[in-house]
Amino acid sequence: MARGFDMLIEVRNIFRIRKFFLFAALSVTLAGAAIVSSQTPVPSSPPGAQAPVTTPTASPQSVAPGSVPAPFGMQTQRNGLSVVVLDPAHGGTDPGARGTGGIRESEIVLDMAVQVRRSLELQGFQVVQTRQGNENPSFDDRSATANAQRGAVFVTLHISSTGMPGTVHVYVNSDLPPVTNANGLIPWERAQAPFLGLSKRFGDLVQGQLSQRFKGSPDAAQGASVRQLRTTAAPAIAVEISSIIVEDRAELDRMGPGIADAIARGAAAFKPSYIVPSAPGALP
Amino acid sequence: MSSRWKFWVIGGLVFVLVAAAIFLPILRRRVKRAARLQQQSEEQARRELTQPIAINPGDPRVKTKLFWAADAETSTLAPVVVELPLSNDPVLRSKQVLNVLLAGPVDAELRTLPPDAVLLAFYLLPDGTGIADFSEALATSIPSGVASEQLAVDSITRTLEANVPKVQRLKILIHGQEVETLAGHLDLTDAFVVNTKLGQPPATPAVNPPSTAPAALTPDKAPSKLAQPEQKPK
Repeated sequence: MARGFDMLIEVRNIFRIRKFFLFAALSVTLAGAAIVSSQTPVPSSPPGAQAPVTTPTASPQSVAPGSVPAPFGMQTQRNGLSVVVLDPAHGGTDPGARGTGGIRESEIVLDMAVQVRRSLELQGFQVVQTRQGNENPSFDDRSATANAQRGAVFVTLHISSTGMPGTVHVYVNSDLPPVTNANGLIPWERAQAPFLGLSKRFGDLVQGQLSQRFKGSPDAAQGASVRQLRTTAAPAIAVEISSIIVEDRAELDRMGPGIADAIARGAAAFKPSYIVPSAPGALP
Repeated sequence: MSSRWKFWVIGGLVFVLVAAAIFLPILRRRVKRAARLQQQSEEQARRELTQPIAINPGDPRVKTKLFWAADAETSTLAPVVVELPLSNDPVLRSKQVLNVLLAGPVDAELRTLPPDAVLLAFYLLPDGTGIADFSEALATSIPSGVASEQLAVDSITRTLEANVPKVQRLKILIHGQEVETLAGHLDLTDAFVVNTKLGQPPATPAVNPPSTAPAALTPDKAPSKLAQPEQKPK
């Protein structure tokens, strides 16, 4: 009986020691994560959090980037657009559009995002991806990644099931009901509303670049009720490539470099027209 | 037992065997048929109950504009005018035109909606909001993509706009449920404006609107933060 009791104490001690090590490991991990997140520009907040929103301005002439001295206590003004949030659509259990040869939209856009990322980095942009592998963040999680950034634009990559193969279309959100200003808050469901004008300008610039490279693509961005864009508080566009019905995946892969270059050049052309404020909520 | 009794007993048994041989297959077929009927999904049962509203030849014939794809490549719509007897009741009329739209054009390549999609129900609220409940096939059979999904919804809203003026906005349900997107892209959470002149929804109030009328949110004015979403859809 006494021996059994001793064994019980020993087992308890083992559990205590394990708990201690687990706690220590967790603390170290959290401390490491805090250090890393303070150094990288990729703070990801849950969609439920109150994410700061950049205050865009539509007139590039009004204030030159970096020309306004920051008020006391605020960060120094960043020189306009610097971050591009890339969203390879679908993933995980959602393969997106599927071609007859087993081609999956989720896989192609993830590969294409790597090329777009490289082109954007060559243009001097920092790039944040909403997914790195075969996972499927929710619409709100993807928006939260963009909304946590300051001075960012959002690009979601898609492949259509229809349309003339070899063309690329850019979509911006259709008109959203205007949002009234109360308590300085924008409803999450309408986060895109104040950015519609900037999104259209950004979309037109990227579509212009694409139409030069892919014959049959339109000259200007089109409006559509894209769910992913609605909750994104940044200039946001959807780039949709036609189409998944190609017989050979190589046809789509060949479009990758042109698409990457067009998006990067479009973002670079848009950069001067997007003045980023010095601090969340502050005026530029 | 006398031979007479034996004869009757054996005769009875033979009769029972013959009767069983005849009726058992029939019984088996009936049981199988009943099981098959039970296996029919709820949607199929609803589909049987909600047969397409028949065109009543007694209704006045009117020129009906139906919006299908202009061609197989581009994502644009083109109106096709056909003369149909349509009801004056806006709900019946909406069902009639949507059923014709679902039936599709002569050229199947110009379809905007999947051939197996069915309109399960249509309601009209007093404020002019129509609620169209489609079968799951609308979401599962439609080609995935921004362009194809937008084309499908545009064909529905523009057909209603051209033929049923009382429908000002349209909310689309899939099998009686609100869904976030049609097939992964197009936003179905809000109602679509059908009648562009009358159907503009009121400005969406932000959280806890103050008693005094707030100024419109402009990029130049607003120190803004995002409000929390009420529910995180997954």
